[in-house]
Amino acid sequence: MTATGIGAPVRRKEDQRFVTGQGRYVDDFNRPGQAYAYFLRSPHAHAIIRSIDTGPAMIMPGVIAVFTGDDLAADKIGGLICGWMIHSKDGSPMKAGPHPALAQGKVRYVGDHVAVVIAETLAQAKDAAEAIVVDYDVLPAVVDPAQATKASAQVHDVSPDNTVFNWHLGNKDEAEAAFARAKHITTIDLVNNRLVPNPIEPRAAVGEYDPGTDNYTLYTTSQNPHVARLVLSAFIGVAPEHKLRVIAPDVGGGFGSKIFIYAEETVCVWAAKKVKRPVKWTSDRTEAFLSDAHGRDHVTHAEMATDENGRIIGLRVHTVANLGAYLSTFSSSVPTYLYAPLLSGQYDIPAIYCEVDAVYTNTAPVDAYRGAGRPEATYVLERLVEKTARELGQDPAEFRRKNYITQFPHATPVIMTYDTGDYAASLDKALELADYKNFQQRKQESARRGKLRGIGFSSYIEACGIAPSQAVGSLGAGVGLWESAEVRVNPTGSVEVLTGSHSHGQGHETTFAQLVSDRLGIPIDQVSIVHGDTDKVQFGMGTYGSRSGAVGMSAIAKALDKVIAKGKKVAAHVLEASEGDIEFKDGRFGVAGTDRSMAFGEIALQAYIAHKFSGQDLEPGLKEGAFYDPTNFTFPAGVHICEVEIDPDTGVTKIERWTAVDDFGVIINPMIVEGQVHGGIAQGVGQALLEGAVYDQSGQLITASFNDYCMPRAIDLPSFQVGMTVTPCPSNPLGIKGCGEAGAIAAPPAVINAITDALGHEDIAMPATPQAVWRAAQKARMPMAAE
Amino acid sequence: MTTVSLTVNGQSVTADVDPRTLLVQFLRDNLRLTGTHVGCDTSQCGACVVHLNGHAVKSCTVLAVQADSSVVTTIEGIAEGGELHPMQAAFREHHGLQCGYCTPGMIMSAIDIVNRKGHALDEQTIRAELEGNLCRCTGYHNIVKAVAAGAQGMAQSLLRQAAE
Amino acid sequence: MYAFEYHRPTSVKEAASLAGGAEDAKFLAGGHTLLPTMKLRLAGPANLIDLGQIAELRGIERSGSAVTIGAMMKHAEVATSAEVKEAIPALAEMAELIGDPHVRNRGTIGGSIANNDPSADYPAACLALNATIVTNQRKVAADDFFQGIFTTALEEGEIITRVSFPIPSQAAYAKFRNPASRYALVGVFVAKHADGVRVAVTGAGSNGVFRVPEMEKALSGSFTPDALNGIAVPQDRMNSDIHADAAYRAHLVGVMARRAVQAAAARG
Repeated sequence: MTATGIGAPVRRKEDQRFVTGQGRYVDDFNRPGQAYAYFLRSPHAHAIIRSIDTGPAMIMPGVIAVFTGDDLAADKIGGLICGWMIHSKDGSPMKAGPHPALAQGKVRYVGDHVAVVIAETLAQAKDAAEAIVVDYDVLPAVVDPAQATKASAQVHDVSPDNTVFNWHLGNKDEAEAAFARAKHITTIDLVNNRLVPNPIEPRAAVGEYDPGTDNYTLYTTSQNPHVARLVLSAFIGVAPEHKLRVIAPDVGGGFGSKIFIYAEETVCVWAAKKVKRPVKWTSDRTEAFLSDAHGRDHVTHAEMATDENGRIIGLRVHTVANLGAYLSTFSSSVPTYLYAPLLSGQYDIPAIYCEVDAVYTNTAPVDAYRGAGRPEATYVLERLVEKTARELGQDPAEFRRKNYITQFPHATPVIMTYDTGDYAASLDKALELADYKNFQQRKQESARRGKLRGIGFSSYIEACGIAPSQAVGSLGAGVGLWESAEVRVNPTGSVEVLTGSHSHGQGHETTFAQLVSDRLGIPIDQVSIVHGDTDKVQFGMGTYGSRSGAVGMSAIAKALDKVIAKGKKVAAHVLEASEGDIEFKDGRFGVAGTDRSMAFGEIALQAYIAHKFSGQDLEPGLKEGAFYDPTNFTFPAGVHICEVEIDPDTGVTKIERWTAVDDFGVIINPMIVEGQVHGGIAQGVGQALLEGAVYDQSGQLITASFNDYCMPRAIDLPSFQVGMTVTPCPSNPLGIKGCGEAGAIAAPPAVINAITDALGHEDIAMPATPQAVWRAAQKARMPMAAE
Repeated sequence: MTTVSLTVNGQSVTADVDPRTLLVQFLRDNLRLTGTHVGCDTSQCGACVVHLNGHAVKSCTVLAVQADSSVVTTIEGIAEGGELHPMQAAFREHHGLQCGYCTPGMIMSAIDIVNRKGHALDEQTIRAELEGNLCRCTGYHNIVKAVAAGAQGMAQSLLRQAAE
Repeated sequence: MYAFEYHRPTSVKEAASLAGGAEDAKFLAGGHTLLPTMKLRLAGPANLIDLGQIAELRGIERSGSAVTIGAMMKHAEVATSAEVKEAIPALAEMAELIGDPHVRNRGTIGGSIANNDPSADYPAACLALNATIVTNQRKVAADDFFQGIFTTALEEGEIITRVSFPIPSQAAYAKFRNPASRYALVGVFVAKHADGVRVAVTGAGSNGVFRVPEMEKALSGSFTPDALNGIAVPQDRMNSDIHADAAYRAHLVGVMARRAVQAAAARG
């Protein structure tokens, strides 16, 4: 390992600009002549729009234009799309209601887009929006997913009972047979609470149109600018794909919420041409709460069957998934193929059957949020496993160990084939780091102080590196999930890598450069990573699902192989040897068995000056591209152990210890990987203890600001103890599994299992707020206090 | 319009502003100092923290006209002579940032913590003092480490200055 | 934010006269309640009178049996004031618990009291410490000043100039934060005076800050946590929201009261 190669904790190249305030986020871009967009949003969860009178707004100071859904329709601008087709059990396609960028005749959630004002200043746009007169006919609203199919409110005409699909996976008969012969059955009812992603940078967009060239430019907070361009052009139709440049510059966190193609960027591009001015929109936090796609929101009943030897023999799960008022870009995949295939976890479970009923409600659209489906699956499974172990009187760690998969590859009953792993190794290391053997002592010590201490496990698995294009295509995805890379070697030997991945905090400018430095043997500062601009970078799929390492870097590795192969051809000419005798090692091309060699940079120069070979024999230049399509999902897995202490007087839960042992395969930069684990755990702890989006019965979002939606603060969290085990992933050239979502997947059940352990009963839901825990503690029997 | 005159990062600035202009808008839009960010509208996230007359404030909750005759320091104004401020260097060294959006506010708050609480900061103090700054990426683990290290770095920097 | 006229008087007299002459005027102190409200367009005064440049509204003085704090003194200044820490450490500690460090660098005692937010901390301190609120027109006892949520005895155009706190023999404040907003979900200030104990509760009451006579009576007899055994505040006077219902708030009043007494007693 070199100081900047694979495995080194290289300090991040991008930090120089971030720590000095020189980062460039979308709202930092100001275009000449720029106007400002402000969206008038629905104050009602469900209403017919009888009329919209924009006249009074049009005459307000500074107003350039006011547009409604009719204007978009007149220009034949299409609706927003959902790009993953799910079929119901009966074979029928999901019921996708229309999703216009600006409402047409009806609003379906509080925050739905009714009209847009374009004005000289943002304040003037807001002033004018207040002058728009909308005549609403308010309808009853449905907000509770569990009641959606029985509600009087009907969100979309295409779905009379608000059902989007009734989907299933697994084998029902085999599961029933397993339950019929079970020695013990454990049941559980769970709510996976609705979350608001809340990257600290709110979404923003600047649309621009150049009539001279007929070119459009969109600066947008996107995790996947090419996908945004594809959807905006091919489906929504605001601009031809080859005429639209999408730039996603520095992006301040995404966590899934910036994957999707939203109404606001659509309108900014379209309106820029209409008003002949650049149009900027920046979300405020309230708008973000109302209209960023939310996450999770499942209601689940699940059962686990065990035999007389304490082995898990069956699992049945029924989930109602709330998809909100419209199908967001990838929403349908989240409670289906990103969920049920993970229900086997790390366990050898011969029979699994899962049914998912997805419903519409009058709430913001729900889509992927860090982990996307996998946290929901892990919460169901790990709560059930812990509860089963307790009911069987077994140590939860040993119960897990007994049921772990130990032979690989392992095909689960829910379509996944795990390639490799060593789950017991992670468990052993975690037990050691968590000092599990002395837990009872600590629990007694807490009891002496009148406190309740508990410990909880989470043995999670995730399917990442999404994913083989053929596989996801067969499951309904509208796109392939490969990744692209181009490696441009300059005549001086410096290298630019153009990647379809997008960094919004992950540190690609550093980790990707480490790979290049490692492979080409050149200093890391000779490498630039270019991403986030469709005019610069070839089509790529973007960053989500912990895929940039496993898929994005594999594409780079593939392109680097081609660069080296071409370099060998050049070297053969220059060094006057046969190509087969050229070796590339430590940054030098040499002739085997001799001391003749040239540095990478020298060969690069030779490739470009092309003096030593004929252009008929070998093309000049050194630039190679690759598209890498993975052969399988990757399967990061690990064990997290949470230890809590509860103050029964107030219900405050304090996390005393957090131990995480993860197997992410080969690690490029341990510093960055650990940072990803920390952030994921914080979001998972947030879900378990603090966060929850709450709508009232009329569909008003009660938690529409940081005053009511509780974000994790530094004081809410401990320092984390993070360990690693490594089984290299066999299905990509670098052995990488991915690390971005692990913490968010692992953490919620670990926290709740610790709280239920402390309380001595299972009756607590997420978020386990002080009030909820206090109430639950009333039911818990206080341990004997020594005082 | 109201006239405001203030000193920002050592430079005198005078401008006519609409009184409803927030200090953060003045910094970002008038002065193009876009390192100071806006992450919420309820004065909680702390992405907009700057120093006003030496004290950390949320520039989204101060009118530009309130800052008249004041001295403002932003994230762009703390590195000296091309060298990172010790707190900036510590955030980089300890991976105290990921997406970078909360970072300017974090660093400005961290310097203020050291100014108020001294250079020997324990973990609990740092966590409690970061109450007004939200980060969604790091889980705070490395921010806490960075602040402690930055505090030490600031002490060493003071010693160096004293020695010179 | 809606447009407004901005005024920056340099004396209380000038401020009062501006307020008297202007339509729909509001005073701007630290601005940490008013500005967020204006940003969300929930308030839109036509005239904003900034009290920030009025020197006579500043300063902290100890005179014999009381500490007097200028209305424009910031929470951070009260929290770190040597006079306050010496005379009424509980008041300095309470100021240190308001908001976050940035809020404490802007928010003022006068602004907090004039607003009388039901979850603000200062109203509890004023009631428990039997403070006198001094305005440009009169002196008002805290017991008469706070008149229900966001309502005070202040008349139109009346300006708080200082707040005078009698020095108690023992006092402490125990705060249970709203996990999201960090305002007081329940805050209990207890103070032992020569003529008895006063207990004031913020955050919990459906009509704002209030005193708890049963607790005061019990603690006047014996200033110990155990004296509070069996005393419960009625749930029907408690606020209820998604963070805490009335029963939980009522329970927390008891817990925080005990903790405050314990902390006060520990101080000796």
